[in-house]
Amino acid sequence: MAKPGLEPGNVLDGFVIEGLIHTGGMARLWSVSKPGIDIPLLMKVPILGEGGDPAAIVSFEMEQMIMPRLSGVHVPQFVAAGDFAVHPYIVMERLAGKTLLPRLVELPLPYEEVAEIGWKIANALHDLHRQHVIHLDVKPSNILFRASGEAVLVDFGLSRHTQLPDLMQEEFRLPYGTAPYMAPEQLLGVRHDPRSDQFALGVLLYFFSTGVRPFGESERMSAMKKRLWQDPKPPRALRADYPPWLQEIVLRCLEVEPAWRYPSAAQLAFELSNHNQIKLTARSERLKTDSFATRLKRRFNPDLKKDWPPRTVATPLPAAPIIAVAVDLSGDAKSTNEALREAAARALATLPEARLACLNVLKQSYIATRDTVLDDEGHNKHVNRLVALQHWAQPLKLREGRITYHVLEAVDPASAILSYAGQNRVDQILVGARQSSLKRTLLGSVSAKIAGEANCTVTVVRPPREDDGSRSEGVREPADTAPLS
Amino acid sequence: MLIALLADVHANRQAFSACLQHAKERGAERYVLLGDFVGYGADPAWTVAKAMELVAGGALAVLGNHDAAIGAPASRMHEEAASVIEWTRGELGAEERRFLAELPLTDAEPGRLYVHADASAPERWIYVLTVEEAARSLHSTEAQITFCGHTHRPAIFSVTSLSKMTAFSPVTDVPIPLHGLRRWQVVLGSVGQPRDGIPAASYAMFDADKKEITFLRVPYDIEGAAQAIRKARLPQYFAERLYYGR
Repeated sequence: MAKPGLEPGNVLDGFVIEGLIHTGGMARLWSVSKPGIDIPLLMKVPILGEGGDPAAIVSFEMEQMIMPRLSGVHVPQFVAAGDFAVHPYIVMERLAGKTLLPRLVELPLPYEEVAEIGWKIANALHDLHRQHVIHLDVKPSNILFRASGEAVLVDFGLSRHTQLPDLMQEEFRLPYGTAPYMAPEQLLGVRHDPRSDQFALGVLLYFFSTGVRPFGESERMSAMKKRLWQDPKPPRALRADYPPWLQEIVLRCLEVEPAWRYPSAAQLAFELSNHNQIKLTARSERLKTDSFATRLKRRFNPDLKKDWPPRTVATPLPAAPIIAVAVDLSGDAKSTNEALREAAARALATLPEARLACLNVLKQSYIATRDTVLDDEGHNKHVNRLVALQHWAQPLKLREGRITYHVLEAVDPASAILSYAGQNRVDQILVGARQSSLKRTLLGSVSAKIAGEANCTVTVVRPPREDDGSRSEGVREPADTAPLS
Repeated sequence: MLIALLADVHANRQAFSACLQHAKERGAERYVLLGDFVGYGADPAWTVAKAMELVAGGALAVLGNHDAAIGAPASRMHEEAASVIEWTRGELGAEERRFLAELPLTDAEPGRLYVHADASAPERWIYVLTVEEAARSLHSTEAQITFCGHTHRPAIFSVTSLSKMTAFSPVTDVPIPLHGLRRWQVVLGSVGQPRDGIPAASYAMFDADKKEITFLRVPYDIEGAAQAIRKARLPQYFAERLYYGR
């Protein structure tokens, strides 16, 4: 396996080696170029052979297996991989920015900035999870940002692709990961739960907002295992002005039991970007750790001793979609709105982890003036709409935390709903069909535009029409209609 | 090159022809048949004739325990399965019987070993269901990839140079790279008697250039196959289980 080392000027499979960027424990990173490829490139070459960590090989095998299967803005673009038998390497897009690591000297960061960083990372994680990959090593040095703002996750050497064999399965006596960030279940050898990444993000958010690591830095197994039963000091105990909403989010990410965290990274992102509507629980109130007796009880909880055999088949998590419903609050949409509410109730009934975002668009004229925001009675239109949305949703009887209300101010309702859905990783949009055909002809149909352009499922809801008998003879197809293929 | 791998057809004409058609549409250039052409199902003559036709066209085929039982009754087979073998013997002509009798226990191509059951003792028909069983099979050969069937349950095992094992249940239609740094045991599902809870016929396609294996499921006329079993007055149970893939 010993290969002659690379040097600047060498050419490997057409890639010209330029300069050494970084030498890590398991791999070297080179800047490379290739005629015909006009993005900056990075070549990752594992350090194998004597003295090398045996994990380096397996972790490189994993990365070589996973990277070609990933796409999107939240991962570096994969370019090429070298044959193991000849010269193992991975060539990928070289990102311009720095990782989050240099920012550690600035901690703690302002709360709003921590929430924004968390929102970006949660979105990136959701995109990764959607592609069946669990990162399992989320930490500041593995997170970069594009110039356009999106978080990019790097280093998939410890990751798990739930549709591919887990090469790490029997490889290590000790769980692999980064000690301060590792989820409790990872310490027990569980490598198939996407919510492990949420825990690591929780550690990062805690650290970035308080300047203190919630579980210290020790890499000794006995010290690491403490997180299974010892809860971290609530951030509010460290900083008096710590916002309860942020503590609610951070401590929920840090729940020992994965089922008590957010059902998906998208839902976590949703909470971070809508924190004014977060349902605060006892978590947000906490000012000290649990009592000694409580911790002791957890310490000797027999559940912690149970064996977690590595599962060969990933058990799918319950679906936890974000469903957006666009409610028209004008007077003539009563029957459509009832149908919408029924459709929402049906969708939510089978999905206990789903959440509903109720949307209404407050139309702005092209030239908006300040005083149009206030109506004649001096009530804020925005508030009125929120109240009306809550009234619409009340019969659904959803518990707080499963439902939020949003009044979007925009000139074009369809575009506003589409952009909301994109930003919040909405999985399904429920929208009413326009009743009056005259209005549709004049204004264009909102539902048609949404159905045509959305990146997710769209359900156009229409109240049952009165049967006027006009269709009883059946609809005849014109002769020149092409048959359905 | 795309190689279609089919195991445990078990005289199920409907499932076998559906898989062959499916493989053809997906561009299969070569066929490897991993044994157990007969037993359980009601179309042994057609199935064996089809296998002979494929072999004449360049396909590889190995012997399964049910095929072996045609020539030499097996002591370890349970009563109902043995009764179908008895019936099958009468259904097959001399030429088909000779074809089965002459099938090799294993066959190989560079880097690949084909065998019906475990590779450490092919004639003992040992199941490869667990990591331990896969380890025994893998340690008996130097082939980079061993392909087998027999269990009717798709699985992929790997072993590293340090003897570390992994086990995995493949997901349908997701290509899995079989990296060169470790050796692999690929256990095919069954074409004609799936027993992993999915009634659709199971086979796999191996891309020899990319070294990727893709497990596939093909819906087929279960009713037709079950009717044939009932009509031949073979044990009812072999017809019923087709509907459940158990």
